[in-house]
Amino acid sequence: MIPAAFDYVEAVSAEAAIAALGQHGDEAKLMAGGHSLLPLMKFRLATPSVVIDIGRLSDLSYINDGGDHVAIGALTRHAAVETSDLLKSQAPILAHVAGEVGDPAVRHRGTLGGSLAHGDPASDLPAAILALNATMVVKGPSGQREIAATDFFTGFLQTALAADEMLTEIRVPKVPDAGWSYQKFNRRAQDWAIVGVAAVSNGSTNVALVNMGQTPLRAAAVEAALGGGASAADAAAAAAEGLTPPEDLNADATYRAHLAKVLVGRALSEAGAG
Amino acid sequence: MTVNGEVRSADVEPRTLLVHHLRDVLGLTGTNVGCDTSSCGACTIHIDGESVKSCTMLAVQARGANITTIEGMATNGELHPMQAAFMECHGLQCGYCTPGMVMAATSLLKENPNPSETEVRIGLEGNLCRCTGYHNIVKSVLTAAGGAA
Repeated sequence: MIPAAFDYVEAVSAEAAIAALGQHGDEAKLMAGGHSLLPLMKFRLATPSVVIDIGRLSDLSYINDGGDHVAIGALTRHAAVETSDLLKSQAPILAHVAGEVGDPAVRHRGTLGGSLAHGDPASDLPAAILALNATMVVKGPSGQREIAATDFFTGFLQTALAADEMLTEIRVPKVPDAGWSYQKFNRRAQDWAIVGVAAVSNGSTNVALVNMGQTPLRAAAVEAALGGGASAADAAAAAAEGLTPPEDLNADATYRAHLAKVLVGRALSEAGAG
Repeated sequence: MTVNGEVRSADVEPRTLLVHHLRDVLGLTGTNVGCDTSSCGACTIHIDGESVKSCTMLAVQARGANITTIEGMATNGELHPMQAAFMECHGLQCGYCTPGMVMAATSLLKENPNPSETEVRIGLEGNLCRCTGYHNIVKSVLTAAGGAA
């Protein structure tokens, strides 16, 4: 399968990429590792007329100690997140979840920022980022702003990024002592999660769901139940409350709702919550 | 780009996939196209020694890269230890997935020189053998790891 024709622009800096976005508007797409965008282009589900390659911006590939948080450059590849000693000690769920993405070859190319900016509700990493209450740092023509992870995913494959903005850094709070769990249910190696659950318990408990709606999302009903003193089992029973899970060949909405309850129960238990 | 130690240059259309460039322009047909959706791993090559699925990369993204394909694994007519192990353990049936398996397995051993059987199976999760000959493939990788140690 061959993508539709496009013009190729190689960005030499984040600023150059943002300028190119400003010039080409909605017709342009940023490409980092290309492991979310290129498959869509091959199926012609995405037909950008301009592809701006930011994959060579090595200055945006880093994992740094930021004091109370870990700062991760948007171009950091999954394999680097998975094997980072800093993340393993300070936000272990993120390193673990990065290792759950695709397969080793995919993780050599795919990037954290690319996966998040793609905003796929079936992806693993957005759930971890939501459960960690991370902060997205984005750059645009008028400077830099921060977006809370909980405000970042706005619709199916849509994020709060403006057409001329670029995700440059992800700031992950340090939670070295938090209980955590990632439950990924699928039927074949390297597949997407049919349903997934990320839980981080650090005093209060954050729970995020994979493939349970139009966006990566937090399990608000579970969190509210836990906050109100419910047991983990009672909270898990609320996992699908208020949600409209997608239906596909793998599962209908009823089955996904069932999976969510079971997996949230397991996640809360493993994270020591409730 | 450098391919199997040789500098190769060409003008390519931006939408050309790396696997097609390797096969159709450079004539390196050892790298196979299987699923064409980054699932099966038949197109696995190395970029700077790391496994990459060449059906999910544009040729232009590989500008300046150091690429190794299955044709570049043997040196001076002698099989790479991984290739030799596949031969010794009969780690193939129809052979279609084999180049990708060898490339993925050598990348795996570079990151984890002494993997357990489970680690080999997980490490090769991105490479499918439709003959289901996994048992001997895993044995080949473990043999190569032992031989290299």
